This record gives sequence, structure tokens and C-alpha cells, in this order.
Amino acid sequence: MNKGVMRPGHVQIRVMDMAAAVHHYRDVVGLVETHRDAAGRVYLKGWTESDKFSVVLRETDQPGLDFNGFKVVSNEVLDSLAGELKAFGCKVEEIPAGELDDCGRRVRFDSPTGHIFELYAEKTRTGKWGLPSVNPEAWPRGLAGMKVNRFDHCLFYGGDLDGTFDLFTSVLGFHLTEQVVDGDLRIAQFLTCSMKEHDIAFIRHAEDGKLHHVSFELETWEDMLRAADIITMEDVPHDIGPTRHGLTHGQVVYFFDPSGNRNEVFCGGDYFYPDHEPVTWTADKLGKAIFYHSRELNDRFLSALT
Amino acid sequence: MSDIEHLVTDHFSGHAFPCRGGETLLNAAARSGRQIIRVGCRAGGCGLCKVQVLGGRYDTGKMSRAQVSEAEEVRGFVLACRTLPAGALEILSQNETNA
Ligand code: FES
Ligand SMILES: [Fe+2]
Repeated sequence: MNKGVMRPGHVQIRVMDMAAAVHHYRDVVGLVETHRDAAGRVYLKGWTESDKFSVVLRETDQPGLDFNGFKVVSNEVLDSLAGELKAFGCKVEEIPAGELDDCGRRVRFDSPTGHIFELYAEKTRTGKWGLPSVNPEAWPRGLAGMKVNRFDHCLFYGGDLDGTFDLFTSVLGFHLTEQVVDGDLRIAQFLTCSMKEHDIAFIRHAEDGKLHHVSFELETWEDMLRAADIITMEDVPHDIGPTRHGLTHGQVVYFFDPSGNRNEVFCGGDYFYPDHEPVTWTADKLGKAIFYHSRELNDRFLSALT
Repeated sequence: MSDIEHLVTDHFSGHAFPCRGGETLLNAAARSGRQIIRVGCRAGGCGLCKVQVLGGRYDTGKMSRAQVSEAEEVRGFVLACRTLPAGALEILSQNETNA
């Protein structure tokens, strides 16, 4: 049931060297830098996004993700969901407006898999970058690197997948689109709050609170090839791809930022309506589920996390 | 890269391999053709390439504090993707912290 959570809205990524991180996310991935705040954080967005920022970089001594925020439809929804999160047993914290520049108040909460999430209703809207909202051209000139369209989703690793499943489905109104099961145990879950194939995903893992990747959307398979070319030209640590996942059927390239956080660029993949049945993969077909062509698991892809 | 080569000896596997000046310890190990050190992000974040240096001089770049604590760093633990040997190096590619 829709609970008023609209979409993934932002991530705050920890980086160990801000100059190197800005070069990577702005000049290589092709996000647009929109702001820097008094704390030294750098704000960026994909050019198609309507709000002022979606990616915040924070410099510290270890990589990973501080939080993943979702935009909700109104402040009334924000208030009622804050109550439901408390009733569910989350540790809920009110972050005042302006802690992130240009962002309204946020409701921050923890989760059974150890990840920190946020909800918010208001963020300064600046519209698509480089295009007017009246009679716009097809795309703006002056984009850099891979020219990604938008921040799309995260994939997280953690232990209590069932607890986080309850949180996202019963409290936040997400739907299960796809899963990997090992007998009765769900070892991977892809969840959506929209028509997208997933807005967030989790894989079962001994250690809580880990990030597998932050994903950015592109349009075509040709864009995947071009992204991989740029990875080579810029000597970016490459992980895997271009290839296709069995899960979601998305086409993907994986690589690492200069602090070791994994990035994904993807295109295509399935869609979801609330009357759809979840797609299930079985653990004995995990190789094909992850890498549809090689059908072989890869140690680095499964175990390099931040 | 310079012409200098440093010999790296791994006391866990018993293998030795050369490391060029300016080359990371992880690259040199990977180039040797044997799987001596696990390869992950190559950016000092994931910790898969963690090894212990037993002897020799080296420089390190930024390494995740979540992977190498200050106490460990003092004891010679490094992320090989962020380590540049400055002379012959004795290492332990596996130990109680990464086995
Ligand atoms: S390969 Fe990830 S820290 Fe070295
Ligand atoms: Fe993804």
C-alpha cells in the first residue's frame, strides 16, 4: 500500500579525499556540482533531477554511506511516518531544516540491517540542470564524463533482512519486486516505492551497515560502453561490465570511487505495478542471477564493500 | 615509474616478487601471476588487500580507518593497494586479521 514515500532523494557518501572525490563524481561520473556548505560538504545532482542536489560528499577517514534519504509527498506524511517508525521500534531523530543547505527538516531512523535512512518532504527545487521547464531542448550542452541522468538507488549488505523487509514494506509501503531465496531464507531483496524495478536492495551478509553500491541511471546500452571507455581513459578501478544482471535484467557497469565506494551505472531493466508478483531466483542459480552471461560468481563483486 | 625494483617476500605463501618504483604493492603482487593478495577496490576502502609488513621501508596513501586502526598501522598492517615499497619488503599476506 502506498504510504506517501515518493522516491530515493539523496545519499551522503563518505570520502577520504574531497578533491579526488569531486573529480570522480563531477568530471568522471558526470554529476553536476550545485553547492558547497560551511562544513565543507559538496552537493551534486544528475542533470535530469528536479531538486537541487541528490549526492552529498563528506570528507572523513573512512568510506561508506552516512545515510540514504527518501522524499515523501508532504509534511503531514512525514509526521505520521515518524510516529509509525517509532512504533515499529526504530531509533528516530529529527534533523532540523538547514542541516543540509536547501533541505527541509528530516526524519532520520536506523534499521534492522544497521543502515541509516531519512525521510523529508521539502528541498529547494531548481529544475533540470541546463534546461528551461518551458520548451526544453533534448539535453543540455556542457555535461561531463558519463553524463549520468540521476542518482537512482543503493544496494546494501546486512544481517537482518527480514526485519528491514518489514520496515520497508509495512511501515514505508514498499513492494517486493524480486528476491533470491535459499530454501526458506531470503538472501536478496529488491524493493520499490514506484514503477521502477527497484528503489533499494539488500543482500544478506554477516556484517551490518555495509554499502555495496550507489547507482546512477543512463539511457542506453551504448552509454554502458561509453562509460566503460571513460573508466579506462581515466584509469578508474574497474569492477565488472558492461554486462547484464539476471536479477532485474538491468544492464550495468561497476567501478570504484577514489575511496573504494562501489558505483554502478545502469540502463534498462524491468518495471513494476503493484499487482505484479515478485520474481524469484533460487540460490543454485545465483551465478546467472547476478551475471547473466558468465553465470559465474565473482569474489570481488560479492565481498568488496565499504 | 622508475627503473628501480624492490623485492617483496611473502612469508605466508613463500613467494617473492618484484615491485617497480612507484608501483603499489597490490599491483606488483597481481602482476606476479599468483593470487598472493586479494584484489578489491584498489582505492584503500574495502580492506580485501590488507597485509602486514614485517620489515622494510614503505609509504602509504589514505587507508580506511575502518580497515586499519591506528594500533594496527603501528604494527605494520597496511592496505596493499595504498602501499608503495621504498626498498626490499618482507610481508605476511595472510594472518589472523584477514585469513
Ligand atoms: S583493494 Fe580495497 S582496500 Fe585495497
Ligand atoms: Fe544497482
